[in-house]
Amino acid sequence: MAVITYRQALHDTLRDEMHRDDDVFLIGEEIGVFEGSYKITAGLLDEFGEKRVRDTPIAEEGFVGAAVGAAMLGLRPVVELMTINFSLVALDQIVNHAAKIYGMFGGQTSVPMVLRTPGGGGQQLGATHSQNIELYYAFVPGLKVVAPSTPADAKALLLAAIRDDDPVLFLENLALYNTKGEVPDHVEPAEIGKAAVTREGTDITIIGYSRMAGVATQVAEKLHDEEGINAEVVDLRSLRPLDRETFVNSVRKTGCAVVAEDDWLTYGIGAEIAASISDGAFDYLDAPVRRVASAEVPLPYAKPLETAALPSAESLTTAVRETLDAVGRRR
Amino acid sequence: MAETATRTKPATRAKSRRSSASAANSGPFSGESAELLRGYFQQMTLIRRFEERAAQGYTQAKIGGYCHLNLGEEATVVGLMSALRKTDLLFTNYREHGYALAKGIEPGRVMAELYGRTTGTSKGWGGSMHMFDVEAGLLGGYGIVGGQIPLATGAALAIDYRDGDQVVMCQMGDGTTNIGAFHEALNIAALWNLPVVFVVVNNFLGMGTTVEKSSAESELYKRASAYRMHGERVDGNDVLAVRDTATRLVQGARESGGPALLEAVSHRLKGHSVVDPAKYRSEESVQEARDNDPVANFRARLVEAGVLDEDGAKEIERSAQADADAAVAFADDSPHPEVSTLFDYTYATPVANDSRRLPADPVF
Repeated sequence: MAVITYRQALHDTLRDEMHRDDDVFLIGEEIGVFEGSYKITAGLLDEFGEKRVRDTPIAEEGFVGAAVGAAMLGLRPVVELMTINFSLVALDQIVNHAAKIYGMFGGQTSVPMVLRTPGGGGQQLGATHSQNIELYYAFVPGLKVVAPSTPADAKALLLAAIRDDDPVLFLENLALYNTKGEVPDHVEPAEIGKAAVTREGTDITIIGYSRMAGVATQVAEKLHDEEGINAEVVDLRSLRPLDRETFVNSVRKTGCAVVAEDDWLTYGIGAEIAASISDGAFDYLDAPVRRVASAEVPLPYAKPLETAALPSAESLTTAVRETLDAVGRRR
Repeated sequence: MAETATRTKPATRAKSRRSSASAANSGPFSGESAELLRGYFQQMTLIRRFEERAAQGYTQAKIGGYCHLNLGEEATVVGLMSALRKTDLLFTNYREHGYALAKGIEPGRVMAELYGRTTGTSKGWGGSMHMFDVEAGLLGGYGIVGGQIPLATGAALAIDYRDGDQVVMCQMGDGTTNIGAFHEALNIAALWNLPVVFVVVNNFLGMGTTVEKSSAESELYKRASAYRMHGERVDGNDVLAVRDTATRLVQGARESGGPALLEAVSHRLKGHSVVDPAKYRSEESVQEARDNDPVANFRARLVEAGVLDEDGAKEIERSAQADADAAVAFADDSPHPEVSTLFDYTYATPVANDSRRLPADPVF
């Protein structure tokens, strides 16, 4: 078992999969000579050559569409979109084509491609470079959207995404690249569409994904150590398909829940989670489901404003305490 | 409103890098096999009769959605498809019934798709705009203007990746040349020297807007020069000219691996879709389309040259009508997909915890 960064886990997985399967190739902006804006693909051009590590022009619709077309013929492109913000330029190819081709042709061809892309705020990148717009993709049947929160999960989910026959949006987070975690020597592909209970508990369920799943675990540990609160943490891992069973069962056990998400509140992922809890665990609920999310503003550049706009360990802790107070469960 | 006189100009041949194959056509059909010529006429007539039956099926409410016909573009369709091998791949836009037929798909399966039946080319999931058949090499009709161009470029990338000898043809309309995907995909195809022939069927109308009103450079083949790509214009009403030019460009793509842009100048006999009465068109332009009717004109040329006699032509027309009628009967007799199959094609790799299937379903 090694302790490596989230970045290293992604890099190692890409490299291993390219060695395993000649049909796997990388395509995207600055992934070759520049070695990737966030250095995930460092060294891969030298190792695999231009055919399999393909630098593209700045033309997201063109190269994402080309990856879709190549995938239709059975190749397994792994696209790097420099940031999720630029995916909007390729939205037609992702939503109208990658997601629909299997269905609208009656299952005759699939699109086994991966779109890797980082999102998230906190780096003072301003409004157009700090978005959490995974919801746009999680909304679309035909796409799969996964969001690993740890290095081990990054590896397991990327393995699964590359080997999956459907288009998978693989959501990374800028704040996670340098985080470290234990990764087993041999990692099996994850089951896409399966959430994980990353901490067992009985007092309250905290549901998160990507960066906020990690924050949720930290908050749960701290509340346990300092206040004796025993929170259960569910890491969604997959936003579509969504594993309702795991988090609804958790809420049936604990009776209350807080959802932690980096996206905007209104119509966000948390809204879907809360509605699912209402459908599946209404009779078990002791308090309304709380949501901790980003302020509904274009993310500002100025540091104090940006910090205030993003959900944090503090805002999540407050929401957990207030929920427990409401049900009289805080010690 | 009026379309300019440039549309009646004979097709301009751009300079070719390769020797012209059209010399063989200097006499009326010299060097052409009579059987092949009759075959082209048969295919063009089948498309004509098929599309007339499709229009009829639409007005009878047997066909829903949109229904864009190839009426008036039969020579372009047949000429282009005769330039491809069976293993070559085709991407089209939404105006695709004729291409499906000319690429070798059974007429019954094409009509059944229009009727939304399981026997259709996409099992009833696609309809008029989304036909697909791996065997025939039709990799789909696409409904978003220009959406198919990056896909075709990617298919060519896959062929190149595997050192295959197939060529991809990507059909589109004149209005498509103004969308970003066109420019991005042509640029990438040229940068990576991919075996794809882009074909613009220029019928001078993007829905109701003329090419002069929508394209700053309305001689569309010239756009190829921006990508250091070979571009050429051909008379889309002449099946042999289309075949010869397309064959040359396809061969070039196969041998050199590089892309090309072909503009086929054609005419739309009807509106943009079945429901469009085309009131925006002048009488002159409609008359001009009729005068350039590729099926009637080719028939007359074949009869005049003695390749066909009147009885022979009528026999082909009767046979095409019978094929179109049989396609309708096949479609009519075929079943709609079972409602129980509604969720069969969301994912190719099934998932353990799929999201709820219908709003009324319990959470689990």
